[in-house]
Amino acid sequence: MVEVVKKGGDTLLDIRNLRIEATVYPPGESPKNIVLVHDVSLTLEKGKVLGLIGESGAGKSTIGLSSMGYGRGGVRITGGEVILNGRDILKGGKEGFRKLRGREVCYVAQSAAAAFNPAHRLMDQVVEATLLHGTATRAEAEKRAVALFKKLSLPNPETIGERFPHQVSGGQLQRVMTAMALCSEPDLIVFDEPTTALDVTTQIDVLAAIKDAIRDTHVAALYITHDLAVVAQVSDEIMVLRHGRLVEWGGTRQIIKEPRQEYTKALVSMHDIEHAEQKPGATPLLSVRNVTAAYGGGCIKVLKNVSVDIYPGQTLAVVGESGSGKSTLARAITGLLPPEQGTVTFDGRPLANRLADRPKEDLRQLQMIYQMADVAMNPRQTVGTIIGRPLELYFGIKGRERDKRVAELLDAIEMGKGFSDRYPAELSGGQKQRVCIARSLAAKPKLIICDEVTSALDPLVANGILKLLLNLQQHEKVAYLFITHDFATVRSIADSIGVMYRGEVVRYGAKSKVLMPPFDAYTGLLLSSVPEMRPGWLDEIRSSVTAGFAKMAEMSDEGISLASGH
Amino acid sequence: MLDIKRIPIPALIGIILTALFVLAAVFAPWIAPHGNGEIVGDVWEPMSAAHLLGTDNLGRDLLSRMIYGARITLFIAVLATVLSFSLGAILGFSAAVFGGWFDTLLSRLVDLLMSIPTLIMGLVVLSVLPTNLVTLILVMGILDSTRVYRLSRAVAVDINVMDYVEAAKLRGEGSGWIIFREILPNALSPLVSELGLRFIYAVLFLSTLSFLGLGVQPPDADWGGMVKENKDGIVFGIAAALIPAAAIAALAISVNLVADWILNRTTSLKGGRG
Repeated sequence: MVEVVKKGGDTLLDIRNLRIEATVYPPGESPKNIVLVHDVSLTLEKGKVLGLIGESGAGKSTIGLSSMGYGRGGVRITGGEVILNGRDILKGGKEGFRKLRGREVCYVAQSAAAAFNPAHRLMDQVVEATLLHGTATRAEAEKRAVALFKKLSLPNPETIGERFPHQVSGGQLQRVMTAMALCSEPDLIVFDEPTTALDVTTQIDVLAAIKDAIRDTHVAALYITHDLAVVAQVSDEIMVLRHGRLVEWGGTRQIIKEPRQEYTKALVSMHDIEHAEQKPGATPLLSVRNVTAAYGGGCIKVLKNVSVDIYPGQTLAVVGESGSGKSTLARAITGLLPPEQGTVTFDGRPLANRLADRPKEDLRQLQMIYQMADVAMNPRQTVGTIIGRPLELYFGIKGRERDKRVAELLDAIEMGKGFSDRYPAELSGGQKQRVCIARSLAAKPKLIICDEVTSALDPLVANGILKLLLNLQQHEKVAYLFITHDFATVRSIADSIGVMYRGEVVRYGAKSKVLMPPFDAYTGLLLSSVPEMRPGWLDEIRSSVTAGFAKMAEMSDEGISLASGH
Repeated sequence: MLDIKRIPIPALIGIILTALFVLAAVFAPWIAPHGNGEIVGDVWEPMSAAHLLGTDNLGRDLLSRMIYGARITLFIAVLATVLSFSLGAILGFSAAVFGGWFDTLLSRLVDLLMSIPTLIMGLVVLSVLPTNLVTLILVMGILDSTRVYRLSRAVAVDINVMDYVEAAKLRGEGSGWIIFREILPNALSPLVSELGLRFIYAVLFLSTLSFLGLGVQPPDADWGGMVKENKDGIVFGIAAALIPAAAIAALAISVNLVADWILNRTTSLKGGRG
């Protein structure tokens, strides 16, 4: 890996003073122009990888797509030059773009499942661009594709092309898409968040495959992501963007180890929340015993014999990948999905299985915060109504007294009382989640279930939410059941941890014990798959993770599908 | 918030025409030159300065009859639409929220009602029941509510699975709050645009019934009834029957123009521009 930005090398892509604008149509106002990218310049040498990193709205995808002369939905390139292989591609016109796209520049999208046409076989789609440009015969292109499948360690490389997109897993599909981009032997590939939608244990596989393929084919790449730890593994240089402006640009090691700008420093030192583990109290607040739950009238068992305890004023974090049953555990506790067997005891008394049978007092004590804050609030109610409603419902507080409490709650979530007349659509993602927190706090609960509350947020915003939650826990003495897939979050806030895998709790206990070796196979694999923010981590970890997969495959009867990236 | 200059021309035409019809209906006794049943001239007099649209089959002033007819037509159609919407929407939302046997029972009942052609159903029921305004409105409203039920149930089923409705259920809210405060405000835009269409169907249905003699009874007449009274004149080249028919058509088109515009505004991601 080259650490120093070498100038005057073999330049492939040279973007100069790129300016990109779009027209927005705010309801009830006249259309206006906004600038998405402000005069950004970058150069990329042949065979190098440049990571573009930033929060949503930073303009990273927009810049990436501009390197193929493309603007998404009404986005216009209004200034600057994009010079690829010595030509300004913006001057080429429609015909120029056709020759360029799929031959010199290829694109790998975030959601492979949405990017593939479900009606065609994978092979037809992989070789399509190559055949369209006439650079190879069908036989040659297919041979090349099979070689790429092998290189990307896809199972059954000879025959996987015969399958339809829905017949392979998400991680495999992402690798097939990478093969599709490499097949026409382009000079540049734009990776647009290729691993963001994947589970961590799948992500590590795809990441390794992409890294190998880039190294072996000497293709240059723009790697777009919001995850600094991921980009540190694959790229030679990193460019940090914010609000369409360049913040910092340098070698990967420099950005990670010695960031110069304040914003980059904040990004790098993100997981700085410290939370000292508390000893469990004498009696648990919520006690889940041998709970088994199923969907479809008992057909599909999603929770098997789950037992966990939550102590007053403490946090139990439940971690697991998608499909592990962690959200279903929340549904079983709240009564939305009555458990088939087992009991849930709250504050010393058993909770009714069904939501409809629970007294209002039980409902008040147990509140929930959702992952997607924008669908968890009624878009036609103001913030004041949303936060004030639990006050009315549980305590009968109305009128001026209610407005006063709402103002206090808005204060507690670090938002001003001016927000109470706003609608959810007028809030940012982080503010929405704060309002949801205030709504659950309004009920003065003893336990709040947080279902992936930070997953949909930008890292810095998510960090703020976690700090707020910890703060509130100290003041209000509320307990959290924190459901997440992110181990970094767990480390920062949990007192005890439950690791879930396929509906079972495979490891459970105090944080210090759960995170202390020796690990069971799954927890070990999960922990080692979490990307660490240092270059070279991926290379170090690969051998041990591969061993971990093999061990899991032995343990689990369905292990093959796990190892192949389900 | 709404700028008149930005309303597209077709919608503007629709709004103006609809407003004219409504004004004529509301202020009928003051606008109409003659009384509704007053015989002022000969049978089927041509258009003249004294009688702008001529006279009808009994020598009544056609313009005055048209204005009073607008009043009756709009009155019945509005009430029938209001009835069909309140009934259909409340039952549809309840079916979506409660689900289970309540939903199954109502939905199959509605299927049953919809399987019989509305006109035939209306004819049979109205020929059995005494013909007056109340039964007319009730029959029209109930028959039409089956369509509204279907739409509102379909919309509410989608909203009912949103997280904010689940949050309300977890909070312990009653069905009333969930239906009227959580679901209704979010289901309003498709329902409002449907309202325009259903209103026009009510006008057409009423006109059909009156034409067949089962709707508004003489001496009062809605536009459909007036077509019937004057239809014999067409043989003699008298256009009197075409005027109320044209009024029905104009009302149908203008209300539809407005409904289209509302539909466009509420479904478009760009707030209905372009």
